Formats: sequence, C-alpha cells, structure tokens
Amino acid sequence: MIITDETIKYVSALAKLELTEEEKEKAKKDLGSIISYMEIINELDTDQVEPLSHVFPVKNVFRDDVVVNGPDRENILSNAPETKDGCFKVPKTVE
Amino acid sequence: MKTYETVIGLEVHVELATKSKIFCGCTTEFGGDPNTHCCPVCTGMPGTLPVLNKKVVEFAMAAGLATGCSITRSCKFDRKNYLYPDLPKAYQVSQLYLPICRDGGIEIETSSGKKRIGIHEIHMEEDAGKLIHDDWDDCTLVDYNRCGVPLIEIVSDPDMRSAEEVIAYLEKLKLILQYLGVSDCKMQEGSLRADINLSIREAGAPEFGTRTEMKNMNSFKAIARAIEGETKRQIEVLEDGGKVIQETRRWDDNKDTSFAMRSKEDAQDYRYFPEPDLAPIEISEEWLAEIKAREPELRDAKKARYTEEFEIPEYDADIITASKKLADIFEAAAAICHKPKEVSNWLMVETMRLLKEKVMEPEEITFAPENLARLIEMVASNAINRTVAKTVFEAVFNENADPEAYVKEKGLGIVNDESALRKAVEDIIAANPQSVEDYRGGKDKAIGFLVGQTMKAMKGKADPGMINSLLKELL
Amino acid sequence: MEITKLTALELGKKIKAGEITVKEAVQAQLDRIKEADGAYNCYVTIMEQEALQRAEEVQKKIDAGEFADSPLAGVPAAIKDNICTKGVLTTCSSKMLGNFKPPYSAEAVEKLEAAGVVIIGKLNMDEFAMGGSTETSFYGPTRNPWNVNTVPGGSSGGSAAAVAAEEAFFALGSDTGGSIRQPASFCGITGIKPTYGMVSRYGLIAFASSLDQIGPMGRDVSDCAAVLEVIAGHDAKDSTSMDAGDYKFTEALVDDVKGMKIGIPDSYLGEGIDEEVKQSILAAAEVLREKGALVEEFHMDMTKYAIPAYYIIASAEASSNLSRYDGIKYGYRTPDFEGLQDVYKKTRSEGFGAEVKRRMMIGAFVLSSGYYDAYYKKALQVKALIKESFDRAFEKYDVILGPTAPTTALEIGANADDPLKRYLGDIYTVSANLAGLPAVSLPCGFDSRKLPIGLQLTGKLFGEKDIIRAAYSFEQTRKYESPIKEKEGK
Repeated sequence: MIITDETIKYVSALAKLELTEEEKEKAKKDLGSIISYMEIINELDTDQVEPLSHVFPVKNVFRDDVVVNGPDRENILSNAPETKDGCFKVPKTVE
Repeated sequence: MKTYETVIGLEVHVELATKSKIFCGCTTEFGGDPNTHCCPVCTGMPGTLPVLNKKVVEFAMAAGLATGCSITRSCKFDRKNYLYPDLPKAYQVSQLYLPICRDGGIEIETSSGKKRIGIHEIHMEEDAGKLIHDDWDDCTLVDYNRCGVPLIEIVSDPDMRSAEEVIAYLEKLKLILQYLGVSDCKMQEGSLRADINLSIREAGAPEFGTRTEMKNMNSFKAIARAIEGETKRQIEVLEDGGKVIQETRRWDDNKDTSFAMRSKEDAQDYRYFPEPDLAPIEISEEWLAEIKAREPELRDAKKARYTEEFEIPEYDADIITASKKLADIFEAAAAICHKPKEVSNWLMVETMRLLKEKVMEPEEITFAPENLARLIEMVASNAINRTVAKTVFEAVFNENADPEAYVKEKGLGIVNDESALRKAVEDIIAANPQSVEDYRGGKDKAIGFLVGQTMKAMKGKADPGMINSLLKELL
Repeated sequence: MEITKLTALELGKKIKAGEITVKEAVQAQLDRIKEADGAYNCYVTIMEQEALQRAEEVQKKIDAGEFADSPLAGVPAAIKDNICTKGVLTTCSSKMLGNFKPPYSAEAVEKLEAAGVVIIGKLNMDEFAMGGSTETSFYGPTRNPWNVNTVPGGSSGGSAAAVAAEEAFFALGSDTGGSIRQPASFCGITGIKPTYGMVSRYGLIAFASSLDQIGPMGRDVSDCAAVLEVIAGHDAKDSTSMDAGDYKFTEALVDDVKGMKIGIPDSYLGEGIDEEVKQSILAAAEVLREKGALVEEFHMDMTKYAIPAYYIIASAEASSNLSRYDGIKYGYRTPDFEGLQDVYKKTRSEGFGAEVKRRMMIGAFVLSSGYYDAYYKKALQVKALIKESFDRAFEKYDVILGPTAPTTALEIGANADDPLKRYLGDIYTVSANLAGLPAVSLPCGFDSRKLPIGLQLTGKLFGEKDIIRAAYSFEQTRKYESPIKEKEGK
C-alpha cells in the first residue's frame, strides 16, 4: 500500500491533527512501511473465519435500571479548561 | 408539467422511559441545572467504562415485537466515531452491524385507505448532550444532562408518499410506544424526534431520486409543512433543469423553507467498529417469551374491548384510545365508579372542550382519575346536579380538586331541605302568574320555565326532579 | 537492614511483627526515591505528603488488629501514571493530561488501598502506553537501572525501573501488547499480565480497550502473586470483568512442576531472536525439565501474523479512545485558537507526541471507509486464528514457554527513526493480549553486557496458577539479582 499525500491529509483530518510539512513527509514514510508490513496478513485465507471482536466468553452484562448517582457537577467540571454557568465552554458551534 | 411522486423514509429517535441512563446510574429526568445529571461515565472521563442498562434492551425488544420486527438474537454495540462538543467520548455507542430489531412494519390508515409501512431496523444508542448558544458571550455552552439517555432509532423503509402518511405513521408509532410504556414521546421535550429522508421522482419511475435529509423537526405540523416545502423545492430544482444534491438540510418553520446545513469541515467517515467495552448480547427464547408476555394491551385491542365490554360507542372508543393518557384515565375512573359510559361522556365532552380551550394535549392532563370517578358518583347520588358538576369538573381539570371538598367549600351541594324548597317554589308561583296560568291552560312547557326560575333562585343547588314534583303538587 | 531491599511480602511481615513501622517504610522509600530518581526518572508524581499521612492511618489500623489477612498492609507501592488516582495527577505521561486530576480512583487502586497498601507516587511510561521504551514520555525517558544508557523497556518502564532500582517495593503496570512483561524483562524483575477480565479496567485510561490489562510488577513471583490476589476480582463497573472464582494465587507458590506439560513454540526461537537470549531461554527450559516438567518444542505458525493484527486492532481502538482529548472537558487546551475546529486541531497537535499521533493515524486509516474490511476486519479474523492456535496448543500443554523479548534492553535512541523495527520487538508478547491469555515474565539470566533476559510463561485463560507455579519453581533455582548492588556499590 502506497500512502499518498491525500491519504495523510485524510487520516490527519479524521484524527483532528494538524501536521507540519515535515511531519507529513515522515507520516507518509512511516505509515507506508507499517501498513505495507501489515499486509502480510493477506497471506492467510480467512474467508471462513468469523471476526473475533470479544475474546472473553461473557455475554449479557447488565445493570438494573436504578438511579444511583446524585449531582456531581463540581467534579465533572473540575478539570475543564473553561466553564460558564455550570457548563463546559467552547467556541461557538454555529455561525 | 410532469407529475411527481414524493418518496419519504423516516428515522425516528425515541428517548426511552428508563429511570437511569443507558450506561450509568444517572437520572434521565428531563431538565435540571446543567451538568447535574452527570457522572464521570456519561461525561466520558478517562478510564471510565459503560455498563448496559438491561431495561434498554427490554424496551427495544418490546418496541421491535410490537412493530412486527424480528429480534436479533445475538447482537452487539458499535462505536460511531465523530468529534463534536455534544459527544464527550468522541464516539456514540450505537449499533451498525447487528441492530437488535429488523424487518418489521406497521399498518397505517389514511384517507386513501390502509397501507403497510416497513420498518427496516430498530437499534439502540445513547443520546448526545445539549449545546446552548450564548450570543451574549459569543460562545457555546455544553450541558451533558441528556448525554447517555437511552434512545432507540426506528428506521423506516422509504414507503411513505405524502405528509398525511408520514403523520399517520408517526401517530401510530407514538401510540404503540406510549402504550408499551417504552417512551413518553414528548416532542416538545425532544423525546421523539424525526429525521425526514425525502426524494422525488417522476410518477411511475422505478428508481429513487436523490434524497435530502431534514433534521430538527419538533412538531407534527412542522413535519407536514417541511414535507410540502421540501417537495416543492425539489420539484423546482428539477423543473429548472438542476439536480438535487444529497445533503442535510435544516427546516426553518418560521421561514417555511429548508436551508442547506453547512457541510462539516471534514468528510463524514464514522469508522464504526465493535464496541470493545461492552459484552455482546444474547437473547434467549425464554427472555424473548418473557418480554412478549409482558406486552400490554395495545390500542386496537383496547378499542375493541371498550366497545364490547363497556359498550361505549366506537367513535368514543377511537378518540379515547388515541391517547394513552385518556385511555388510562378512562379505565382507572371506570374501575372506581363502575360507570364507563359516564366516564366516557366526561372525557368526550367536557375534557375535550377544556383541552381545546386551553390548547393542550391529552398527555398534559394532570387530574387524577379518582377525582373524576368521585364526581360521577356525586352526580349519581344526587349530591350535586349536572350544572354544578360542570363547574366542579373545571376545578378537577384545572387543579385536580377533590370534588367533595370543593363542593363543600363552595357550598354547591343540593339543598334537600323540602321546606326551603317549598318556600322557593311558592315564591316563584306567586311571582309568575302568567306562567302559572299558561300551565293550567294546558301549556306543559310552562313548567320548564318555572323549574328554571326556581333553580335560579336556589343558585342551582336544587334537584330539578324535586322542584318538578313540588310544582305539580302546588299547582 | 536496608528496608528498601526487602521484598513487599518481607516488608509486610516485618510491619505486622512491629519490627518496622509503616512510617519508617514510607520514609525509607521516599528517601530512596529522592536519592535515585534523578538518575532513573521513574516518577512523574511523588505523593510525599499523602503517603506520610496515609502511613499513620494504616499504622493505626494495623495496631488495632485490622488487615490481619492482608500481607501487603503498610507496604508502599507506586502506580503507573495511566491508572487513575483520585485527586492525584494522572498524566499518561502526556502533555495532554498534564493537569488531569481524576475525581475517582481505579478499581485496582481502591483494592490496594483497601488492603492497606500505601500509594507513594505515579510512574513514568510511554505516552498513553504507546511504546516499548518509555522514551515517548512527555516527562523525559526513564533509564534502566542496569545501565542508564539503555531503556527500561515500556510502556511500563517507570514501573519496572522503580522496582529494580528499589524506588518501589512493587508497582502496578498495564499491558496492552507486552507493556508489563517486556520492561520487566529489560529491568530484571517479574511482571504478570493477567487473563483479560481478571483485573478491572475501571480507571485504567484506555489505550486499546480489548487488550489492556492492569497487572503487578515486583521483585519476585511471590510478590506479584500476592499483589494479583489483591487486585483481581469481578467488578460490576467493568463489563469485560469476569468472575474467575478462584483468586488464591499465592496458593500456587509451590516449588513443584513434576508432570507439568510445557511447550516451546518453534517460531519463538527462530529468526530475529538474539542468540544469547535464545540460549538463556533454552537453559531455563532445561531447568524446568530437570525439575520434572515435560518440556518440548512444538510447531506454531501464527506468530508472525500477531504483530500486524495487534497493531491494526490496538491502533484502531486507540484512535477512537484518544479522540476524546479535545481541550474541552479536561486536560490541555491550546492557548490560541479561532473557532472550534481550531481548538481541536491545535490542542491535539500540541498535546500529543509523535508516536501517539502516528498510532491515531494508523487507527483512523484501518477503520476508514474502504479499508475497514481489508485491515480491521481481517485483523479480527487473524485474531480468531491466533486464538485457535493457542486453544490447540493448550490442549497439549499447561504452559507455553518462550522469551519475553527478542533482545535485552536497547540503547536509548535505538531505532528512533524506524517505528516498524520497534514494533517488531513485541513479537512474543502481543499474542497473549490478542488471545486474552495470562503471561508472566521473570528474569532467567543475563547477556554478556550484564543486561537481564526475561523468560515468558503463558497460560491458558484463567491459568494464572499454572504460570505462577512454573515461574515460582524456576525462580527457586536462581537468586534475585539487584542492579543496585552492582551499580551503586551497596
């Protein structure tokens, strides 16, 4: 797999990263070699193999529908860079 | 001009009526000060983990069964990744690959008859937080109280062709969910929200046109207007030789038109993958049977039973069962006073009148069925007459007044003191010689006037039957 | 008697016997940290005041007869900095969480505290646990106490080095692809990666949720077994936590491997392994054979596919788990920005280091539309095949034996420009994470540069007792060696 400038632009946008020109070049090279290496898994025939997402043999882990938490705003907001009126404050999301 | 056909599919998001959130023990109660219904789990703090609320799965199953879906016996959750301030984990836990319900449908009835609307799937997911735009400070404030409230998303097939069908579908869906107790479906509180996928095509064309998606529909009326408005817009685009673009549009109900939402800066690529923090769900035969057995009587069955068991007119049964709230009041009140027809009458006449007058939905009714039942019993036992009863009912309706206490307090009880009534009748006879003469001359109607006059003198607190017999005796 | 040279269990015993007070133990540990950490940089945060205060509380309880069943009561310990400690900085060794004080503690930390352990500080690591050298830490690299020009391994490098350098009696680490075992190997200590689901992940800041496990790191197998006994257990707050039933791991501290069936995968001794490491592992296998175990090589052909499967799955999950660091709810926020997207991009670009960014981009790529099936889904299928190959192996063997890493500790800066080469160093450790299996690394010898070599024993699901028994038995044949005596002339 050859990683192009476009690919780097796309994945850095998905990851919400802003890369310098130097970082882009490095990413292109590194991702190129890493992703190409990953392709050795294509040697394996997996047509009949069910993808295994959960390795642990547990199903149906539930909690009962009970309210156990009270207000905890101070803790919730305690690490926020900026708050206002009991809310997290962010730059305007609409124009 | 060509004839066009509108093709509509809906994605309906319904907040479930659980007490606690989908993955943590925070309350789902509506409102509250910002970020007071939150904990480290639902605000996505590092290292925290979700644990699934069993009731969410059961509500989703119930919704699926009631809409004829097949239940996915082995299902799991997936992560939908996107970064936006209302989504603190930067992913929404949802279901893409194995939604819990698939391939159902419900029958609707419109002016053009009955029709089945297919349900493609129902999946479980978590709601996002609320963004409050602060124009004063030129910023946005984030409140996570709604974040993690359980949702089901009901995705229809593109089977609807008009606003009328869409409304009928939504009404039917809403009733099913309300009857199941799965959701209160309050649109004004956002617990039922519909996204409309709409395209048009030339009548008879086999292919679908390009669709747009409209979000932010907050009432049935807005939905109907949006469908008409967007249909018109798409036709105009095509008639002008243009092309409809697949996009998300925002319906502005005030301006009566839709606007393209500025496409987000980056491409939408949700990178779904199975949620590793949650165990898969396996629905056994027994569990499914248990949920099936718990299914309450739904509207159609209720309607049939009302006409049969309570012998109320089909028209009344239809109106009453059109609201879960009215049906609940009806049954509870009838069970107390054993006068279903009376209950039905109070609901059909006085309740409807007051709802209309106050521009309220039946769901907003606050009076206890016990108070209506007691009022009916008071009328039946002649403790008050019907005229007074109407006044008392207004108090019941408005402030959930206890009718007995109210009548006592306001002194509205019927005067059963015969001597007082006899005195009043004698006075009326003396004061209305003309009517007395008419009556004696054979005009039976004149007695009605005299009864009315006596009632007036008694300030309505008399039993008209008693007045009548006294008049006949004295004349 | 030098307190800091004691094992955790030895210290616990002396505290119970009244020979050492908790405060003395804590003070001795703090003094040792002050003396040595300038050289090794194991700690991100030292909790001096909290620890001294807590020492008094624990002492009171011990004096009142509490903690009778708790052999670790009063013992100071340190925690990898990706495990949440209430009100105490938990940075993941990242600028991104440089000011993050969680309002909750990890379940494993709460369990240690309930057992009377005194938490003394937070340990350095590769940023967000991504790396095998602790060089990617925002707070500078940790150095290997055996040779300060080499890395301690990673990502739990601070944990391993602290234990080896006598800056901690024991530590908690986390292991996503070898992050407990490989640094244990490089630093000449013991570390256990438990069965997935054995220890609650609640409060462990996620790297790759389906692979992460918290585990103990100590100077010997007994300490690790005792710590694991405390931190293991079902936790209702973690849906992937399991009820293993039997948590009496110290019962497996038995010097007896007679009849135990031990398999060595041929592919673990093939291409890429350092010859000195290979010889040391074979010698260790011989020791176990002499003690009565049935040891044999067997064919296992999935090994080379574990690295790509692992890096696809781990990076994918990481890219999702780390998206939440956006400068809004906690952690770093860029000082200058215009608009929301700018906050996101600048905060994340400034807050994360190069390795983390690389993994997030790999993760975004393998999940992105058009590539999901070819990479992510395929990796899950390979994972299934790897698990099957272990299932087959465990039909024949109780324990799988091999090296922990293909080499001993590398020089600081080695392969700095070649991330792929670094990833390949995880070849023997990642399979246990993919298959959810428990594995232990313990020292089995040294190379010619006097750098420790680690022996890895992998067990079946919930087979902790098997690997503890085998490791303990092997350990009885060789004395624990500390780098401190060697390097500091003590």
